[in-house]
Amino acid sequence: MTSTPAVTATPAKDRKASGAQQKLLAFASLIVLLVFFSLASPNFLQTANIIAILQATSVNGVLAIAATLVIITGGIDLSVGTLMTFCAVISGVVLTFLGMPLPFGILGAIAAGTACGLISGTLIAKMKIPPFIATLGMMLILKGLSLVISGTKPIYFNDTPSYPEISTGSLIGTIIPALPIPNGVLILFILALVIGYVLNRTVLGRYCFALGSNEEAVRLSGVNTDGWKMAIYALAGGICGLAGLIISSRLNSAQPALGLGYELDAIAAVVIGGTSLAGGRGSVLGTIIGALIMSVLLNGLRIMSVAQEWQTVVTGLIIIAAVYADMMRRRRMG
Amino acid sequence: MITRRTLFAAVSAAALVASAGVASAQDKLYIPLISKGFQHQFWQAVKAGADKAGAEFGVDVTFEGPDTEAQVDKQMDMLAAALAKKPAAIGFAALDSQAAIPLLKQAQEAGIPVIAFDSGVDSDIPVATAATDNVAAAALAADKMAELIGGAGKVALVVHDQTSRTGIDRRDGFVNEVAAKYPNIEIVDIQYGAGDQLQSTEITKAILTAHPDIKGIFGANEGSAIGVLNAIKETGTKGVIVIGYDSGAVQKAAIMDGSMAGAITQNPVGIGYETVKAAVAAAKGEAVEKNIDTGFYWYDKTNIDSPEIAAVLYD
Repeated sequence: MTSTPAVTATPAKDRKASGAQQKLLAFASLIVLLVFFSLASPNFLQTANIIAILQATSVNGVLAIAATLVIITGGIDLSVGTLMTFCAVISGVVLTFLGMPLPFGILGAIAAGTACGLISGTLIAKMKIPPFIATLGMMLILKGLSLVISGTKPIYFNDTPSYPEISTGSLIGTIIPALPIPNGVLILFILALVIGYVLNRTVLGRYCFALGSNEEAVRLSGVNTDGWKMAIYALAGGICGLAGLIISSRLNSAQPALGLGYELDAIAAVVIGGTSLAGGRGSVLGTIIGALIMSVLLNGLRIMSVAQEWQTVVTGLIIIAAVYADMMRRRRMG
Repeated sequence: MITRRTLFAAVSAAALVASAGVASAQDKLYIPLISKGFQHQFWQAVKAGADKAGAEFGVDVTFEGPDTEAQVDKQMDMLAAALAKKPAAIGFAALDSQAAIPLLKQAQEAGIPVIAFDSGVDSDIPVATAATDNVAAAALAADKMAELIGGAGKVALVVHDQTSRTGIDRRDGFVNEVAAKYPNIEIVDIQYGAGDQLQSTEITKAILTAHPDIKGIFGANEGSAIGVLNAIKETGTKGVIVIGYDSGAVQKAAIMDGSMAGAITQNPVGIGYETVKAAVAAAKGEAVEKNIDTGFYWYDKTNIDSPEIAAVLYD
């Protein structure tokens, strides 16, 4: 059960071939953007700015990885943004309100995320509520709970001086001083490697794709689809907990009103990266490239002093263009 | 194949843009303003003031702010991008002062002066702050309210939020003035509607239902004040004195038709203008005043058209 070709040879090969091409397309777009902005402004290709771009990607990238898992199963998770906030608030409660040591805060955030993901998964798999509705409900519940628990005020982590290190410290920088990549970015890349492995090399990953391709067929072949679905939503929830740690550590505070709208940024990154909203197709690498495209684009337009209203227009155009290019390529391939 | 061709085309296009665009902008001072918002008319008026000062002093000014006042991290990304452009000075209105400290320190180390504006920054890094004295402005609203309801009766406040500096200052400015000067005025309720017109409407309806004998309501920002007006209109309530904050087409029309008694206006154009002016001075190493009071005014039907007031109102 470790590698795909033996069982479902043809679809797997197709999937991999098309995935590779889309990644190439997305990667090429990313390079084009980088070259373009480097030529347009001498301030773009500076270490500090590249690090700023990576840091801006870290939260959206982690959320987008969570969204990728769910979207590959043919579902959707609208609660990733507010779940992230909820987990940040839980971390604040554990560390600041209860005064417990740092590891408990980290554990609390990830456990809260996993639990909420499991609830979403249960609503969808057992109670048969459509994913869009179930996670829309969760999105609002969690937004409200974050405000209730925090007392509508930001929770600061001043009692845990090492808290900002989770995101803004640099483990790589202490080893290679010339490369002060923030830990938040390091977490994103490690997570990408781990989830990439899970998707391509484990049973969970295989069922992720299988559920998205043909859930009925999977069920009829005797697989406990409900159980796997719940596991996948729980995993996605845990990843949102990680995003909650990264963002609250960067801001040194859990901001309870933040999070709404972040689910759309995450979904946009997933789609630009070539994951199909219809399910059954997608990759973590594509999503990371998608998230990078979004933050490079935004940063580059800012560096070029493009007016803010136009930045939004350009981002919208890029999303449509990316999906259109993907569709055209697939149509050509038949 | 496609990718290589596109890449080549894009690179040549980029080279063209680069050679055309950058050369002219190089020798001017560059001053980015990172604001708390962008879409509201208030921020657009701040931007207009900043642009005016930019043209006057011959500096390049950009103005950016997140979509909502909750998006603290997006504001950090904007500030980081602004710093990467090696600006001469930066104008900044913090959503969360504490979260911004690392980047502000970075600016300080790079020798980039920071001018705080609007709600300011809770830190000693900014060399100057251009802002409205919101406590004094809300106290003036309380004085006007007392005058209009005859110094006695029940009043309520609809405020945008209880966490931001402006929300806290306007609430406390009003409440403390009433407590200090008007023993016969009772503040029966203070509610928060996130500056959202619809939420503020619902809140006000609840207040009107709970206190049918209420004499006056103070809406502490544009969205809150419009919400109060909507609720009064929808319920058909008569005789409640409404005092608003800031301007905008709806409040101006309400003052003209008498449904709003009057409002406090800040000077958003002045905030933008003074911020850029101070930034230019700081960039050139000149001394700047630490606290720049950009002023506020009471306006009602009688003075809404006077040149002094009309200049600071926006639609």
